[in-house]
Amino acid sequence: MELTDQRNLVHQTRDARRSKSFPKLSPAERDSLIKKHHPDHRAHAYRPIIFGPNAGQSTVTEVATLLEGESPVPADLDLTPAYSVDVLVVGGGGAGCASALHAHAQGANVLLATKLRLGDSNSVMAQGGMQIAVASDDSPVQHFLDTLKGGHMKNDHQLLKVMVEEGPSIAKWLLELGVLFDRDADGNLHVKKGGGSSKARLLTCSDYTGLEIMRVLKDEVLNKKIPLLEFVAAVELLSDAKGACTGAVLKDLDNNRFIVVAAKTVILATGGIGRLHIQGFPTSNHFGATGDALVLAYRLGVPLVQIDTFQYHPSGGVYPEQLVGALVTEGIRSEGGHLVNAKGERFVNELDTRDVVSSSIIRECEEGRGVRTPSGRVGVWLDTPLLDVEHGPGTLDKHFPAMVRQYERYQVDIRKDPVLIYPTLHYQNGGVKIDVNGETPVANLFVAGEASGGLHGRNRLMGNSLLDLMVFGKRTGTLAAERSKSLPKSSLTLDHLKRFRAEAKRHHVSAGIISPMVLPAYTNK
Amino acid sequence: MPDTLNKKNTLDQKESLQPKMVTVEIEGKPFQVPAGITLIKALWYAGQDVIRGVGCLGGFCGACATYYRTKDDPKVKTCLACSMAVEDGMSFSFMPAFPARKATYNLLELKDPKQDLFTLYPEAPLCRNCNACTEACPQHIDVREGVWKAVFGDFKAVSEMFMDCVMCGMCAPVCIADIAPNLVALYASRAQGVHFTEKPEGLATRIQEITDGRFQQEWDRILKLSDEELQNTTAATT
Ligand SMILES: Cc1cc2nc3c(=O)[nH]c(=O)nc-3n(C[C@H](O)[C@H](O)[C@H](O)COP(=O)(O)OP(=O)(O)OC[C@H]3O[C@@H](n4cnc5c(N)ncnc54)[C@H](O)[C@@H]3O)c2cc1C
Ligand code: SF4
Ligand code: SF4
Ligand code: FES
Repeated sequence: MELTDQRNLVHQTRDARRSKSFPKLSPAERDSLIKKHHPDHRAHAYRPIIFGPNAGQSTVTEVATLLEGESPVPADLDLTPAYSVDVLVVGGGGAGCASALHAHAQGANVLLATKLRLGDSNSVMAQGGMQIAVASDDSPVQHFLDTLKGGHMKNDHQLLKVMVEEGPSIAKWLLELGVLFDRDADGNLHVKKGGGSSKARLLTCSDYTGLEIMRVLKDEVLNKKIPLLEFVAAVELLSDAKGACTGAVLKDLDNNRFIVVAAKTVILATGGIGRLHIQGFPTSNHFGATGDALVLAYRLGVPLVQIDTFQYHPSGGVYPEQLVGALVTEGIRSEGGHLVNAKGERFVNELDTRDVVSSSIIRECEEGRGVRTPSGRVGVWLDTPLLDVEHGPGTLDKHFPAMVRQYERYQVDIRKDPVLIYPTLHYQNGGVKIDVNGETPVANLFVAGEASGGLHGRNRLMGNSLLDLMVFGKRTGTLAAERSKSLPKSSLTLDHLKRFRAEAKRHHVSAGIISPMVLPAYTNK
Repeated sequence: MPDTLNKKNTLDQKESLQPKMVTVEIEGKPFQVPAGITLIKALWYAGQDVIRGVGCLGGFCGACATYYRTKDDPKVKTCLACSMAVEDGMSFSFMPAFPARKATYNLLELKDPKQDLFTLYPEAPLCRNCNACTEACPQHIDVREGVWKAVFGDFKAVSEMFMDCVMCGMCAPVCIADIAPNLVALYASRAQGVHFTEKPEGLATRIQEITDGRFQQEWDRILKLSDEELQNTTAATT
């Protein structure tokens, strides 16, 4: 069948679908669906990590290989520092900018190094919004419970309690910086409903929430004249005789030179792993999402938590080819968009959690109810025109200008026609182990944002990441700055690397792979 | 790029390049690339390493600001290279980083932000209406109109018009009055938020409730529950 005929089926079945609701699955049904179809449960994609803090635990091959990889830093590198600072922030996304601003506000001498330009990150792409319990019928406790249920009860309770309770004061901070959240007629913050949440709790800036927050935070980092190194990536950490973190080795991507930084405290805010293309999945992530913090922290002896679970966002583009992997905002489903298979039927409650919805899409495709694109991919329909039918013409234009534009560029009018989607690699649920201040078990090494683990359990709820970045950006920045005041200068060594290399040798691991990856190799050679 | 293991990866749904090839000119050099891929993928396909020029790959960060021209058309247009497909006969080049001046300010301390615009960006009112900025904007923002709105103090309109701005900066090099319209708009939008937008009452109430410990009882109750009980409980509202 031609794609146009397939598409017509969506139009033809729309009215019939509108009159019916699709029930949510029971916990037992959800579990069995996930076990059967979620990529986290494909045993062949996993293997145990051979050595290091998580030795014996299983993760995807792509991550295990990088963790056991070889540092690009030679053992005899001259460690005379080019910079000596109180706080080194690595990464210029939402978490990095927030940490840097809070550390600066405490009077610390901060240096921010980032792989691409300031703000080129996953944060800038967040469209769906930011969860904060501000509505009068909502509460931080309910936010806690919803997140826990979404995370399969595996979330770290302490981290989660901190996040939900500090949410409202974060909203206040962002408003004071000039972030323009959508409002209700009475001036209160407008809240939208997100998948897996029992209350409307998403704060939004139309469908540009991340962009708006990042424009403001970047501007503020520049206003405060926080020293900045762009196109500079961290490739190794430094430690002293006691094993505490004392700085980092960076690499200037313009001239490939190493830059040694002595830092009393280091905050890693390097984001996620999408560009590892785990299990061959396309990804919604930015060019620099290669899991660098996992590798850096691991070599310094920090354990990772829940590093076997990843989020595959239900709606990644599959057609047109240029949009493969690109995110189609969850907002469409939040506002009532249906998922429809090749037979014109709904097959899941679209507002169920992401792991459930993704698993059900994969099921439809594996069992032959997917739609084929001209280039041979499969996906299911997301009925976008339904929103204009349901809420009146102009709804898509008004609420989803970014998405309308995203498709218009390729002559697809989402107001007239549904779009084809398939899960895309989106988020690393786990990450580096931290405490409630974002500090790792290694003294003076902090991790904030997507790179850290434990908060989101085995499945992050929509909109909780932006809040995570701001809360733990604040906590790490503030504490690192305070801590640095009382810390004496310490030595800069690569002793941990010596130990790590010895262990690799003892386990006969010589993967021949240099890590962190820094950037994916897409260039044809 | 040496730091890699990506070569081994295969796509879950294999990357399928169209068999049809087109000829494009990248920075003046011709290359054959598969039809329909994005300009950035064309660069990779042609064997070029790109670091400056790639960011989010999703049309949001403005890192990939690019000039392009289609076959036989004299008009040079602008686009985001991550979000535009190649066509036969197309020529394109990345925009180099442009040294526009950003004013620095502490928004909270400003007494009269609409007036302060003229000290921070004295060039803003010198707009000569050439409309080049609007024509350069890949996001189709009416940039010229935005500059005027800012000058006339309609910061609310500016903030709404520039919500789509990805800060690619393509509106700045073309300006004959040395205005960086995106930076003027960013200042106006932030000032709108800080100085001319209502403080949400509900938020203040919620922060007060948390400070007053209004949720303490609920926390005490639920933090004692087993996972199974947690599954089935909901929180009481205040
Ligand atoms: C398309 C998309 C949409 C999303 N939508 C939402 C949403 O609506 N709501 C929500 O809550 N969450 C959303 N998320 C998730 C959320 O945006 C991310 O989890 C979050 O932005 C991560 O922030 P971060 O600061 O930890 O990392 P990032 O924002 O990715 O920033 C990491 C930074 O570190 C840099 N970096 C990486 N490695 C190094 C290194 N070795 N040295 C130096 N710098 C380095 C990167 O270049 C980047 O600048 C979305 C994610 C994506 C991809
Ligand atoms: S207004 Fe200027 S910076 Fe913003 S998107 Fe348009 S051209 Fe780019
Ligand atoms: S390019 Fe400069 S002078 Fe021309 S309309 Fe835009 S702001 Fe005015
Ligand atoms: S790479 Fe970010 S807009 Fe193109």
